Amino acid sequence: MSFLQIRNLSAKLKGEPTRVLRDVSLQVAAGQVHALVGESGAGKSMIGKAILGILPRAVEITSGQIMLDGTDLLALPAAARRTKIGATCALIPQDPLTALNPSRRIGPQITDRLVDILHWPRAKADARARDLLAEVQIENPDRVLRAYPHELSGGMRQRILIAAAFAAEPRLIVADEPTTALDVTVQKQILRLIAAMQARHGTALLFVTHDLGVVSKVCTSLSVLYAGKVVEDSAVKPFFRAPAHPYSAALLAATPKYTDPAATLQPVPDAVLAALNTEIAQSDRGAP
Amino acid sequence: MTPLIEVADLRLSLADMTRKPVFGTAPRLEILKGISFAIPKGDIIGIVGGSGSGKSTLGRALLRLLEPTSGTIRFDGQDITHAPESTLRPLRKRMQMIFQDPMSSLNPRRRVGAIIAAPLHLHGFPDIQSRVGDALAHVGLPDHFRHRYPHELSGGQRQRIGIARAIALRPDFILADEIVSGLDVSSQAQVLHLLENLVADLGLTLAFISHDLSVIRRLCRRVLVLQHGRIIEQADTATLFTAPQAQYTSDLLDAIPLPDPDQPWG
Repeated sequence: MSFLQIRNLSAKLKGEPTRVLRDVSLQVAAGQVHALVGESGAGKSMIGKAILGILPRAVEITSGQIMLDGTDLLALPAAARRTKIGATCALIPQDPLTALNPSRRIGPQITDRLVDILHWPRAKADARARDLLAEVQIENPDRVLRAYPHELSGGMRQRILIAAAFAAEPRLIVADEPTTALDVTVQKQILRLIAAMQARHGTALLFVTHDLGVVSKVCTSLSVLYAGKVVEDSAVKPFFRAPAHPYSAALLAATPKYTDPAATLQPVPDAVLAALNTEIAQSDRGAP
Repeated sequence: MTPLIEVADLRLSLADMTRKPVFGTAPRLEILKGISFAIPKGDIIGIVGGSGSGKSTLGRALLRLLEPTSGTIRFDGQDITHAPESTLRPLRKRMQMIFQDPMSSLNPRRRVGAIIAAPLHLHGFPDIQSRVGDALAHVGLPDHFRHRYPHELSGGQRQRIGIARAIALRPDFILADEIVSGLDVSSQAQVLHLLENLVADLGLTLAFISHDLSVIRRLCRRVLVLQHGRIIEQADTATLFTAPQAQYTSDLLDAIPLPDPDQPWG
């Protein structure tokens, strides 16, 4: 059975009718990389936040289940839910600069969670941090553990966050646009690193991105989101050969390819959006 | 034909404050290390490079938002390398910039109309309201958008306001610094179409800074590849993409993830 299973998850803004997620279902098994793609505001980060229990206060889940290893997180009391998420899940955030505390050294930022929450002995946590930095190909780990974030480049900082995410051997990692802040050559190194770490540790990875190029390189399956609704769910290879939904096809057509300069870059056509909006309005009327 | 912009052996260094001793002056950090190129009138030139390669610094030097250490920059034949602000002021309305992040480059407390009108007032243009309307029409936004605030707009619409503000002055030269990197592919396609049309309609010369070679290939006729403050390759777009000369250019091309699962990608 898949480690993560989301069933019919819906969420809305508190005190308002605005729906954020609409009946979302998806699953990610151990060793799989599942992408959530869509334009800004489609709800892709929202799903990651719902799993990790870090939704903004203004958002409430109205129905559905988030099953981790067969346990429905939403049915657990708050404390038990936090323990379950803390023990099995981790996040690789988007912006490696704001995710690290600028006034603290790197070492404790990796080990704090191991010592304070998982109650590892300090020495074991320190050794683990050093091993992890070596695993993410940082030369001279001892120097980096004593460094402050501003002394390191963007690529280095992102490697550290990857190391921190894998520190407690999580079974699920949510990577929220982990390479959008990096340039292409560094992006390639980081994506390869994430893919290699994920394969070695057999982690289930939920990969939030708006870059279909990245999806085709590191993911095994994907969900295309629009307005909080999954419009297509597919394995990667068949998706890129022949996307099933007109909206997915339009997104692909809007993605520039340097190998195909003659292709006319079309924005998503209004007709496709209108059809989607009608479909969503109809299903909203049928929903509770 | 004389080029609109001519740059010869441009060097620029800044004080490296991270290594400044408590007493005494900071050491200089050389950012641009002898750059030479020209932009003919009506051309679209792409400037690419990784982070820290100096592409934004070069852009800011071209508009004389930064003063070079040595070398020369000529704008329409006039040497502006060390020109004082009083000399630059009349030229400023002929050179405009579109910024990367439309949220932080548009004043959140002013309406769109006032944002577009501000540089028109500054340079003493007549008929400001009708020019604002023209600029909005050029970027494909309805006239009533002049009453909106930036936060009421989508990312793509905000970037169009940035473009409208730049073209309202009818400049000769526009520098666009990573203006589509924050946008979704669909808005990105819209903005690229818009830029292409504006360059043709208004006879603009455009320098387009980007780290995305797929976008550069789509838009630009010539490309400069920057690495560590030097131009390591300068070529027609078609040549650069079919037969890159420098190893770094090949590395940049190979690193682009194409939306194609069968592309070999290491």
